Amino acid sequence: MQIFDIFLLESVLNGLLLGGLLALLSLGLNLVFGVIDVIWICYAELIMIGMYAIYYFYVVFGWPLPLAMAAGVLLVAAAGAALHQFVIRPVLAAEPINQLLVTGGVLFFLQAAATLAFGIEFKNIGVTFPPIVIGEISFSMPRLIAFGVALAGMLAMYLFLTRTYLGTAIRAISQDRAIMPLMGVNPDRIFIITSALGGGLAGLASCLLVLQYDIHPAIGLSFGPITFLICVLGGLGNMVGGFIAAFIFAQFISVGGFFLAVEWGYVIAFLFFIAVMFWRPQGIWGSK
Amino acid sequence: MTRALPWIGLAALAVAPLIGIGNYPLHMLIQVLLWGFVYTGWSIMGRLGMVSFGHGAFLGIGAYVVVMGWNQFGLTPWIGLPIALALTAVIAFLIGYPCFRFKIVGHYFALVTLALSEVTRLLIVALRDQTGGSLGVTPKTALTESSYSLLALQFSDKLVWFYVVLLVWLAGLWVWNKVDRSMARLALEAISQEEDAAASIGINVTRLKLGVTLISALMTCVGGALYAQYQAYVNPDTVSGIGISLQMVFGVIAGGMYVRLGPTVGAAFTLLLAEGLRLMFGNSLHALDSTIYGLMLVLFIIYMPKGILGGALAAMQRRKPASAGA
Amino acid sequence: MSASTTTSGGSAMLRLDGVSAGYAGFQALFNVSLEVRSGESVAVIGPNGAGKTTLLRTISKLIGVTSGDILMEGRSLKDVPAHEVIARGIAQVPEGRRLFARLTVADNLKMGAFLPAARPHHAERLKFVYSLFPRLQERRTQIAGTLSGGEQQMCAIGRALMSGPKLLLLDELSAGLAPVIVQSIFELVKRICSEGYTVLIVEQNIRQVLKVVDRAYLLETGRIKSSGPSAELLASDEIRKAYLGI
Repeated sequence: MQIFDIFLLESVLNGLLLGGLLALLSLGLNLVFGVIDVIWICYAELIMIGMYAIYYFYVVFGWPLPLAMAAGVLLVAAAGAALHQFVIRPVLAAEPINQLLVTGGVLFFLQAAATLAFGIEFKNIGVTFPPIVIGEISFSMPRLIAFGVALAGMLAMYLFLTRTYLGTAIRAISQDRAIMPLMGVNPDRIFIITSALGGGLAGLASCLLVLQYDIHPAIGLSFGPITFLICVLGGLGNMVGGFIAAFIFAQFISVGGFFLAVEWGYVIAFLFFIAVMFWRPQGIWGSK
Repeated sequence: MTRALPWIGLAALAVAPLIGIGNYPLHMLIQVLLWGFVYTGWSIMGRLGMVSFGHGAFLGIGAYVVVMGWNQFGLTPWIGLPIALALTAVIAFLIGYPCFRFKIVGHYFALVTLALSEVTRLLIVALRDQTGGSLGVTPKTALTESSYSLLALQFSDKLVWFYVVLLVWLAGLWVWNKVDRSMARLALEAISQEEDAAASIGINVTRLKLGVTLISALMTCVGGALYAQYQAYVNPDTVSGIGISLQMVFGVIAGGMYVRLGPTVGAAFTLLLAEGLRLMFGNSLHALDSTIYGLMLVLFIIYMPKGILGGALAAMQRRKPASAGA
Repeated sequence: MSASTTTSGGSAMLRLDGVSAGYAGFQALFNVSLEVRSGESVAVIGPNGAGKTTLLRTISKLIGVTSGDILMEGRSLKDVPAHEVIARGIAQVPEGRRLFARLTVADNLKMGAFLPAARPHHAERLKFVYSLFPRLQERRTQIAGTLSGGEQQMCAIGRALMSGPKLLLLDELSAGLAPVIVQSIFELVKRICSEGYTVLIVEQNIRQVLKVVDRAYLLETGRIKSSGPSAELLASDEIRKAYLGI
C-alpha cells in the first residue's frame, strides 16, 4: 500500500506539472477567442510548426538552444499575425461556421505542409535531462521547467493585460469594439497584436513541448482537442477559468493514465467533461 | 420538361454502370454517392443551425461496431448495424440533450462535438487489442466460395455495391425531403433566434432538435457501416476524428448546405479534387496533393462562402428578371 | 432669427462646410454647415431622429463624409481615419455613455489616455478628473457596469477629458437619467465650459441645454434650420411652439 500511494502521489504531482503546460495552451486560445471572437482550430498545428522550427534551428542549423527557442517563439508569433491578417480577417464578418472552417482548412494545410516539408518520421531534438528524484518520487526535468515557464508566462500575460495601455485596450475591445476609435485605438491593429500574442504563447508552448516529446506532423491531434475541451470547461474566453480547468483536466489524464492506459485518461477526462456539460453547459466559469 | 429533368438524370445514373463506364469511374461514383449520403445526413442538422464538428464519431461507431461484431463475435452486420444505431442514438442524446436544453450553440457546440469525434478516435485506438488500433482492421472475408454474401453484407462485384449505395443515397434524399417539409424544419428555422417565443407557443424546441440530431446521427452511422463493408478496411483516421469531421462539414458547405443536392455536389467536388490532386502530384512529392487541397479549402471558404451549388443558384436568381416570379 | 452663415472674425476651431453623410443607402445629413469657435460652447438641438448623433459620429469619422468637408483648426479631416481623430484634439462622449462595463473606473479612464501624446500627462489629468468628480475617485476600483447612471456619465466625461482634448463632443448627456441627476450634469457642463474647453453638445433637452451654451443650431431631418445665440433661440416663437410646448 505504501508504494502504491507513492506512485499515485507521483502521478498527481506530474499531473500538476502537466496542468501548467495545458494552462499555457488554453491561455492563448482563450485570449484570441475572448478578444476577436474566433477559435483557432489550427492552434495546436501552430505549436507543431514551432516545434519543427526549433528543431531546425537547433539541430540542423546548429544555433544555441536558447536562440533557437527565441526564434521559434517569434516565428509562431508572426504566424499568428499572418493567420489573422490573411485568413481570419476576410471572414470576420461571415458566419461563425465559416470562421471555424477556415481555421480547419489551415489545420489540414499545416499538417500536410509539414508532412511535405519534414516527412513523417518522428524527430527529436535530442536534449535529455536526468530525472529529479525527491525521496521515492521522480520528476521529469522538462516537465518542471515547463511548469515554471508556464506560470511565468501567465504572470507576464496578466501583468501585461492589466498594467499596460495596450493590454487594457485588448481587454476593452471585446466589450465595445465600435467606440475604440474614439480613444485612438485602431481595432484592426489590436487584433493583429492579439493574434501575434496568441501565436507567441503557442510558440512558448512549442519550446516547452519540444523538450519532452517527439515531433510529428500529426502531434497537434494529441493536445489540440484537449485544449478545446479545457477552454470550454473553463468558459470560452475566460482565462482564469481555463487556467483552473487545465489543472483539473490534467489530473484526470494523469491519474486516469496511471490506473489504465494513457488513452483512457483522455476518455475519462472527456466523460467528466460531458458530466459537467449536463450540469453547467456554459462551462464552470463561463458566462451566458 | 424541366420537371422531368431530375428523373431523366436519375435514370441515366442508374443505367450508366450497365453501359460500362469502367471499374475505376464506377468506384468513384460509388464513393460520391456514399459520401453524398453521409454529407446529406450531416446537412440535415447543419442547415437548421446545429453545426456539428463531431459526426466522425457516428461514422466510426457505425464502421467499427459492425466490423468488430463480425470479426470478434461472428455477428452479421444485419444485427451489428442495429446495435451500432442504438449506440449512436445514445451518444447523440447524451451530447445533444444538455446542449439543446441549455442552448449551447455556435462555438461551444462545435468544440464539444469536435472533442466527441476525437475521443471516439482515441477510444478506438485505446482498444487496440480488439480494433487493431491505428493500423486499422479488415472485416473477415466471407467471399472465399462465392462472390457475394448477404449475411456478411459483402459483395465482390462493384455493380451490386453501386445499386445498394444508389438506393441508400436516394433514401437519404427522401429523408432530407421529409425533414425539409416537416413541422420541425419550419419551427426551427422560424425561431432560430427566438427560442423563447417558440417555446411560449408550445413548440418543444429541445425535442425537435434532438429528433433532427438523431436522424442525422443515424444516417451517418449507416454510412459508416456501409463504407467499412465496401472498402473492406477501416482505420481510426478515415472514419473518426477531427479530420473526417471537418471534411464532412467542408464538403457540405462547398456544395451548398441549404439545397437538397448540395451535399452530394460537395462530396463529388471534394472527392474529385482530392483524387485529381493525388493523380497529378501524389507520386512526385509525398503530401503535395494534400497541401494544395488544404490551401484550396482555405481559399474556398474565403472566396466562395455560399458553396458551389449555393453560389450557382444565387447567380441564376440574379440573372432572372424580376417579373419571372418567385 | 439669424440663419446659419459663416461668421467673420474669431477663430473657428471646428468648421463643417456643406457636409452630407449617411449610412449604406440612407442619407442622414444634408449639406450641413456650422462652426464652433475656440472657447465657445455650442449646442445642436432638434427632435428625435434629426441626425444629431449622426452629426457627432461624422465629426469623429465613425461615419464617412459623402460630400463637403470637416475642418479642425483649419486642417481637413477628410482623409483622417476614425482612430486618428482624437490626435487632432477632438474627444467624444458617445451617446449612452458606452463605458467598458467590465473594466474598473480607473481602467476606463486609462483607456481615455491611450493616445501616445496623452500618456505622459496621465497622472496630472487623472488628478484633474478626480477633482471634478470626487465620487469617481472613491469608486476608482469599482467595475464600471455597477455604477449608477449619473456616475457612469461622469466616468464617460472623465474618460474623454483624459486625452486633453481641445474640442469636446457631448452626445445626449441627459438621456436615461433622473431629472435631479440631469441638473447636476448640466451644471458640470457649465463648469467644463468655464474651464476653457470648447464644447459641441447635442441634446434633446432644449430648455436645459440652452441655459448652458453660448449658441445653438437647430437640426431638423438632417438639415440646419436655424441658429443663433441661446437667449435668442429660447425667446423665439419657432422653438417655443415646436419644442417647448408653449
